[in-house]
Amino acid sequence: MTSHSVFERILDPSGRADPYPLFGELRHTPVARQEDGTYVVSTYREIVALLHDPRVSSDRRNLRSAAEAPDLTLSFIGLDPPEHDRLRRLTMRHFGPPHSPGMVDGLRPAMVSLTTALIDGIAGKRRADVVDEVAYPLPVAVICRLLGVPVEDEPRFHAWADQIIETLGPGEEDRAERERERQAVAHELKSYLAGLAEDRRRQPGEDLLSGFVTYRGPEGGMTPQEVVATAVLLLIAGHETTINLIANGMLTLLRHPDQLERLRAEPGLIVPAVEELLRYEPPVQLVSSRVALDDITIDGTTIPAGSPIVLALAAGSRDPAHTADPDRFDLCRARNEHLGFGGGVHYCFGAPLARLETQIVLAELVRRLRNPRLAADPPPYRPSPVLRGPRHLLIDYDGVEPA
Amino acid sequence: MKVVVDLTRCQGYGQCAFLAPDVFTMREEALLYDLDPGDERREHVLRAAAACPVQAIHLDWAATRHAAEQAGPPAPGKSDGRIVIVGASLAGARAAGVLRREGFAGSLTVIGDEPDQPYDRPPLSKQVLTGQVPPDHTMLPRLREVEAEWLWGTPATGLDVAGKRVRLADGREIGFDRVLLATGTRARSWPNEAEAALEGVHTLRTVADAARLRQALAAGPRRVLILGAGFTGSEIASVCRELDLPVTVVERGPAPLVGALGGVLGDVAAQLHREHGVDLRCHTTVTALEGDADGRLRGARLSDGSTVEADVAVVALGSIRNVEWLRDSGLAAGVWGVACDAGCRAVDSNGLVTDDVFVAGDIARFPHPLYQYQFMTLEHWGNAVAQAEIAAHNMISDQAHRWPHLSVPVFWSSQFGVNIKSVGVPTFADEVVITQGSVAERRFVAVYGYQGRVTAAVTFDQGLWLEFYQRLIEQAAPFPPRFRHVDQREAAEPVPARVPERLVATAGATVVVTGHDPAERRASLVQAPQS
Repeated sequence: MTSHSVFERILDPSGRADPYPLFGELRHTPVARQEDGTYVVSTYREIVALLHDPRVSSDRRNLRSAAEAPDLTLSFIGLDPPEHDRLRRLTMRHFGPPHSPGMVDGLRPAMVSLTTALIDGIAGKRRADVVDEVAYPLPVAVICRLLGVPVEDEPRFHAWADQIIETLGPGEEDRAERERERQAVAHELKSYLAGLAEDRRRQPGEDLLSGFVTYRGPEGGMTPQEVVATAVLLLIAGHETTINLIANGMLTLLRHPDQLERLRAEPGLIVPAVEELLRYEPPVQLVSSRVALDDITIDGTTIPAGSPIVLALAAGSRDPAHTADPDRFDLCRARNEHLGFGGGVHYCFGAPLARLETQIVLAELVRRLRNPRLAADPPPYRPSPVLRGPRHLLIDYDGVEPA
Repeated sequence: MKVVVDLTRCQGYGQCAFLAPDVFTMREEALLYDLDPGDERREHVLRAAAACPVQAIHLDWAATRHAAEQAGPPAPGKSDGRIVIVGASLAGARAAGVLRREGFAGSLTVIGDEPDQPYDRPPLSKQVLTGQVPPDHTMLPRLREVEAEWLWGTPATGLDVAGKRVRLADGREIGFDRVLLATGTRARSWPNEAEAALEGVHTLRTVADAARLRQALAAGPRRVLILGAGFTGSEIASVCRELDLPVTVVERGPAPLVGALGGVLGDVAAQLHREHGVDLRCHTTVTALEGDADGRLRGARLSDGSTVEADVAVVALGSIRNVEWLRDSGLAAGVWGVACDAGCRAVDSNGLVTDDVFVAGDIARFPHPLYQYQFMTLEHWGNAVAQAEIAAHNMISDQAHRWPHLSVPVFWSSQFGVNIKSVGVPTFADEVVITQGSVAERRFVAVYGYQGRVTAAVTFDQGLWLEFYQRLIEQAAPFPPRFRHVDQREAAEPVPARVPERLVATAGATVVVTGHDPAERRASLVQAPQS
C-alpha cells in the first residue's frame, strides 16, 4: 500500500497534465472509499447507474456532516427535484426548446464573427496563447450577450469566476474553508448581478436575465434570490467549462497531427471530433457534489446514507468495458456515448451552447492556422482537478489564412 | 435523408431539439421529429445525432442495441443456406439487417404483403396526423442496403414445415432452410361491415390508413368519434384536440389505458383527456354507426341510449394477429399468436420446439422468465426490435451460442403533451405506488408490484429515472420500495393496481389430445369456425 490513495494522487496538482493512467488504476476499484468517508466511483456502468439513481442527491445539505450555511439560496445544480426541475424549467424557458427553440442556433452568426475577429487578432504574430487569446474571450462574450451582462464589465467577473472555480474541489478535508472563501467571492458577484437584475426589471431587454425577472407562469416565476443564484451559475458554468474544452481540444489536435490534417480536409468531422474530445479530454473530470440519501449497494460496495460521492466522469468515459480502445483519440469514433456532460436530471444545461462554440472555434483554428505546433508540451495547468485544463496554451504557427 | 429515433432509448435530454429545431421538437419530454428531412437540413441532423447523449438517433440501418462485436462469427454451416423472412415490417426488416450484419452470407428473401418498403408506425398516430410529417416521410432508414430479395405486396398463404416451403398468394412456393415468421398484426375493424364501409369510418394501422385519416382531419370535421381509449385511440384524441377538433371518445372500460396500465393510472389518463377538452364516455360502447343517404357517417348510437353526431370515426379497438396463413402448418398458432420459446423458436401444436422455424414481433408469444415464464405477446416497437435481433442471431448460431429474449419490455406514448413511458409489465401487478413526483403536476413515477416484488414502472414526463426502476425489476427487488430518495412528496402508500383480469384469448377449448401410447399421442388445435 502506498501512503497516498490513487484518488489523492489524482488530486495532486503535479499529476494534472496526465491523470489518465491514474484514472485507469482507480477503475480497478470501481467504488473506492477514501479516508475522509468519500466514495469515488470510476467505472462507466456504475457512474451511469448513480446518475439515474433517485437515492443520490445533489443537495449537500443532505450530508451526514452538513457544514454549509443552511440559508443559502442554491442554484439548480445544487438542488434536487422538484425544486431543481422547477428552476431548471424556468431557466430553460428562455434558453431552448420547447419555448425558445431557436435561441442557441440563432447565436451562430454572432459566434462566427466573434471567432473570426479573435483569430484575426493573432494574425500578425507567430506565437499565441490559445487560452488567453481565443478560448477564454469567446465563451465569455457569448455568455455575457446571452445573459445581458455589459461586455465592459467582463474583466470584473473574470476574476470572480476564477476565484470561485479554484474553491471547487472534491475532498472533504478543507471543504469548509473553501466554502467560506467561495461565499465571500460569490457575495460580490451576487451584488453585481442583483443590481443588473434590478435594471432589467425596470427596463427588460431580450436577454435571459430579463426573461428571468419578468416571466410568471402557472408555477410562478423566480424569486429575486433565485434569479441571482441562477445567473451566477450560468455565468460561471457557461464559460469556465468551454474554455477548457476549447483549450484541451486544440492541445489534443496538435498532439495528433494526422487527425488534425484529416479535420482540415473534412471540416464536417468537427462534429464527431468535439464529441470525442468530450470523451477523451473532458473539462469536467469529476462531479463532487453528490450525497447518498440512503444506503446504496453498487458493485458489491455499500455507500452508507449521508456519504459524499464523487463521480469520476473522466475515468468512466475511458472505461475499456464501455468503449473499445478508450485511450486512443479517434475523430470518427462510432456511437460515442460519453460522460462529458454528465447525465440524468443534472445533464449539463449549457451543453448545446458549449458544443456549438467549440465546433466553431476549433474548426476555424484548424482551417486558418498555418502549420500550428505546440510551444510547450505539456502546457502549464490550472490547479483545479474538477475543471481541468491548461492555464496557458502557447502555440507557434507560420501564419494565419484570411477569414 | 432518413432518420429514426429509438424512443425506447431516448431519455428526453433534448439535445437534438436544440441543434436541429426544425427537425426535432419537444414538448416537455415528448419528442416528435421528421423522419425524412430534406438534404438542406443534413448538417443540422448530423449535429443532432452526434450530440444525442444516449445515441438513440439512427441515420442508417446499422445501428442496433446489441453490439455486433460480441456476436462472433456464425456457427459453421449456419452462415449460408436459404433464409426466408415472412413479414417485412419493423421486426422482419430489422432481422434481415441483423442477419447480414452478423455474417449470414446465404440467400435471403423477405416477403411482405404491403406494397412498399418498411416504414415506422409510431409516428402514424402522432406527427403524421397533426401534419407535422407527411405520411410518405415515415420510411425506415436505408433499408435498401440490406442485400436481400424483397418481395413486396406478396401475401404468404401457407407454411409447409416438413417440406420447408412458404406458399404465396400468387401460387409461388419459396423453399427455405430456416424461416422467420414476423407477420405482425392488423387493425380490428368495426364488426358490422355495412357500417364499417361508411365514408368517414377509419382504422389506423398502415401508412395508407394514416394518409386517409390525416386528410379527413385536415378537412375540419365537425366532430371526431373515437372508439376505444387504448394508446392508439388516446393518441388520436390528443391530435384532434391539438388540431382544435371536437372529439368524443367512447371506452368500454372504466378509463383510458386501463388494459395496459391499470385503473389507477387510467384515472389520471381520464383527467388528461378531460382537461384537454375531450368528451370522454367511459363504461360505454358504440352500438351502431349511422350514415346518411349518401353513405357518409353521420353519427353513432351508444350503449347508454345517447347519440353522438360525428362525421369522422376512428375504430381503435385493438388488433388481430396475422396468423391465419399458418392454420395448416402444425404450429401452435392461434388468436393468441404463435407460441415460441425464449429463443424465438416456434413451438408446434404438441408443444415441441421446432429447429428451423423462428418467430418475432407482434405475433410471437413467448415465455418471459421474469414473469413466471408466463407466455406473453407484446405489441411494442422495442419488443419487435429486440426480438428480431435475438431471432436473427439464433437463426445463425448453434445450440451453445443462442441468446434468450430477456429484455424487460419498454414502451412509450405521447399524448396531451405528456410523454408516458413504461418498463416491465404493468398488468402483472396487484399494487401500485407513486414513488416520485406528483400526479397533480402530471410528472411522476408509478411503481407496480406483484406479491411483494417490483414488476413494472410507468413514468409521466420522468423518463430519466426508468433505468433505475428497470434494474429493480430485473433484480426482483422488494415491493413497495422503501428507501429515501429525491422528490418524495409524501409518505407514498401502495394502493390496489386495479389491473384487468388477465385477458383470455378465447374461452373455449383450443386443443384436444388424441392417441394412446407415447408414439401416437398428438395435440390438435381446435379451430374456431370461420366467422
